[in-house]
Amino acid sequence: MSMRDTIHDKLVDALAPAALTVVDESHMHSVPKGAQSHFKVVVVADAFEGVSLVQRHRKVNAVLADELAGSIHALSIHAYTPAQWTARGEVIPESPPCRGGSKAD
Amino acid sequence: MSDEQTRKYIEHLVSQNRIVLFMKGNPTFPQCGFSAAVSDTLKKHGVAFHHVNVLREPAVREGIKAYSDWPTIPQLYVDGEFVGGCDIIRELDYRGELGPLLAGEPAS
Repeated sequence: MSMRDTIHDKLVDALAPAALTVVDESHMHSVPKGAQSHFKVVVVADAFEGVSLVQRHRKVNAVLADELAGSIHALSIHAYTPAQWTARGEVIPESPPCRGGSKAD
Repeated sequence: MSDEQTRKYIEHLVSQNRIVLFMKGNPTFPQCGFSAAVSDTLKKHGVAFHHVNVLREPAVREGIKAYSDWPTIPQLYVDGEFVGGCDIIRELDYRGELGPLLAGEPAS
């Protein structure tokens, strides 16, 4: 299973999201060809109602703790309640362009 | 540095500087897009901030992840409190909450 699918399935199980998009952005970065290292997650869930941004991220990080300790180098998280997602027009935020760094970073 | 020494060093940094950004590279030459985005956002708000280039300080690079139990860099601290990483800073800015936070104004 690809890392993208692993992330997707774990978040579905843990957060029962109303909407979920997982994007593999590894190709945008200075990493070896085929690396599965940089991901963006847009997760919309009732579970985020009344929960601070930091705590929302902590929830996602906890679900993906094994992956974060392993091959994931960067994880961009956009966590919304259904109302916030609707208010944003359901537009997925752009990730910033890579600024190089070394492959070891 | 031992883990405890690193923790104390980080504590010192965030207590002695009102706004501290732990980043890869520096504000002039960021070496990561996420670090660049936060640095640029702070510049946009015209606030002075202290930066720590974790690529030059390996102990801090690991220690800062343990300090706030946060797995990624960049990390922004204001008034000694962890605020978040790139996604959170951009979201706070989008909501119009970042400016008051950086200015030290109470949350509305």
